[in-house]
Amino acid sequence: MAIKTLTIDGQLVSAREEDTILVAAREAGVNIPALCYVDGLTPVGACRLCLVEQQGTNRLQAACATKVQEGMEIVTNSPRLHEYRKMILELLFAERNHICAVCVANNHCELQDMAVRHGMDHVRFEYLYPQLSVDVSHEQFGIDHNRCILCTRCVRACHEIEGAHTWDVSGRGVRARVITDMNQPWGDSDTCTSCGKCVQACPTGAIFRQGSTVAEMERDRSMLQFLVNAREKKQWNV
Amino acid sequence: MTKRIVIDPVTRIEGHAKITVYLNDQNEVSDARFHVAEFRGFEKFCEGRPYTEMAGITSRVCGICPVSHLIASVKAGDAIMAVDIPPAAEKLRRLMNLGQIVQSHALSFFHLSSPDLLLGFDSPPEKRHIFGVAGVDPKLARSGIRLRQFGQEIIEALGGQKIHPAWTTPGGVRGPLDEDECKRLRGWIDEAMSTTQAAITLFKSLVGKYQEEVNSFGTFKSLFMGLVADDGTWENYGGRLRFVDQDRKIVADKIDPADYQEYIGEVVEPYSYLKSPYYKPLGYPDGIYRVGPLARLKLCEQMGTPLADKELAEFRNLGEELTTSSFYYHYARLVEVIACIERVAQLVDDPDIRSPDFRAYAGVNRLEGVGCSEAPRGTLFHHYHVDRDGIIQKVDLLIATGQNNLAMNRTVAQIAKHFIRNGKATDGILNRLEAGVRAYDPCLSCSTHAVGMMPLIVDLVDPSGNVVRQWKRDG
Repeated sequence: MAIKTLTIDGQLVSAREEDTILVAAREAGVNIPALCYVDGLTPVGACRLCLVEQQGTNRLQAACATKVQEGMEIVTNSPRLHEYRKMILELLFAERNHICAVCVANNHCELQDMAVRHGMDHVRFEYLYPQLSVDVSHEQFGIDHNRCILCTRCVRACHEIEGAHTWDVSGRGVRARVITDMNQPWGDSDTCTSCGKCVQACPTGAIFRQGSTVAEMERDRSMLQFLVNAREKKQWNV
Repeated sequence: MTKRIVIDPVTRIEGHAKITVYLNDQNEVSDARFHVAEFRGFEKFCEGRPYTEMAGITSRVCGICPVSHLIASVKAGDAIMAVDIPPAAEKLRRLMNLGQIVQSHALSFFHLSSPDLLLGFDSPPEKRHIFGVAGVDPKLARSGIRLRQFGQEIIEALGGQKIHPAWTTPGGVRGPLDEDECKRLRGWIDEAMSTTQAAITLFKSLVGKYQEEVNSFGTFKSLFMGLVADDGTWENYGGRLRFVDQDRKIVADKIDPADYQEYIGEVVEPYSYLKSPYYKPLGYPDGIYRVGPLARLKLCEQMGTPLADKELAEFRNLGEELTTSSFYYHYARLVEVIACIERVAQLVDDPDIRSPDFRAYAGVNRLEGVGCSEAPRGTLFHHYHVDRDGIIQKVDLLIATGQNNLAMNRTVAQIAKHFIRNGKATDGILNRLEAGVRAYDPCLSCSTHAVGMMPLIVDLVDPSGNVVRQWKRDG
């Protein structure tokens, strides 16, 4: 295992060569914001919140999807990055119907936390107010598309860890939706094992346990990484 | 000449009202109307949501009485789940509702109405607010604020926050009350009781001064409606509906709240966003009925706790005719606070409220559910239709303030006819028009009028529909 040395926010950091900038930074105590990234799942670089500046290039890099290199000089926080991140958050809020006050994930929501962290006190864009449905046909869980930010954590958790691949994405751009099986009601899905990994992975109130009331939806996201580690290290004899 | 209806943009948000006074050719008052110029749309935008979220959404109707909606909503949810909730859950919900009634009634009496009663209806408007009361009687103002705090802290102890605690759930509640909190509340009971009793004494000492108001603030025949227990005891959470007339004669009794639509009709008047409910068998507008504290005292046989029963006996001694005046809502509110404090004292000593069995789980077992409870201002109904998955298809909310709409209109007309002469109204008369509405403690006033004035427009309209004069106040 080769070690690379790089600079993150002026701090010299050693990292394994297979690490991404985001992982190296977090291990060094620098918390780069991210919404689509979660420990244990393959990064996809979808949310763009983890964009960082690299010395020597004007191009911003997605920290979750960029491997460390020797001698890299990375800046994770600058007025430009802060402004971009705030704008991304505003666009996420404007795109769907996020009503924190009555949301099951209120106070336990990564999107909300990000907005607070970035001082997003208003949204400069016109809200789209799309007419979106809630699917509670599953016996235990529900999906509210109003609160989905298309991070695809559910898709990856279901495919990579559970191996069921119930979740996928249909449509493009602003019409994109996460779907179950062949875009059928979740309750009719043949592949869903009701394992609940998507529920643990979801950063917002989009996927929830049925019956949850306001602010009741707490999640254990470390469970995903735990499952991956246990499998890789063959902690179970099966 | 201005146009007949003036809706200022300021009035189109929660808590804004308008009164129109109509004059005849002799410049005398022919009629008056109370308009609610706000539109919320809750019944529409709740469609498509899971019924389990309804408590959280509908409690946002109001920041003063969110608990009432939290309770009526989850009772509708219980009905959809077809479950009988655990005894601990019912007791805990009751405890929160009692806290809600105490804090709301304290707000109405001390913050909103005591300035009129203590300082007088004709006192200068810049002094007619809770700070004016504090100037004259600091102990009264302070203890009133503390009484409201007592109610709010019951809510917080249970739900984690004073306003909009999403703690009730279809099937029960989210958690029991721990012993430390019970102890803290126990230590507050004597103070709360003595504050309320002092307020009752004050009301009794002042009411003699206001005989003209007592005789003109809604002294008309009407029905009264509310929940009572099966043995006729005062209720605020369960029980069944009863209608009585002004002489306390029972008109209808033991009505399952789920059947409310068989007894209550609603008409929409073009002058207000507030619908006018009426008792169906008598038709509109003869089926006018009142709800809330005065109604609940009229309906019940007994309060069910010793000190409150003593007060109820005194209230009964005033005679049915006198207590038909909506002025006595204030008195009734204080009697209810006594009953609530006594019941809180019983509940915090009840081991059930620390039981681990506080929530039932079930799926959708009925496609329709009605939840009914007594809000501080009167009987509240939540009526939901859901699909097989529990997604809301239709919502009907019958709010207490709405049920007093006809009565508030009639009260305003009565006050206008009594006090306005030759088309002239002084500030004191305008304040009486407000106070006539305020006696009902309508929810629309809650949010804005704690600093002394309800944002109010009074139009004086001649027979050809022209506004002769307009008084306008911003909150």
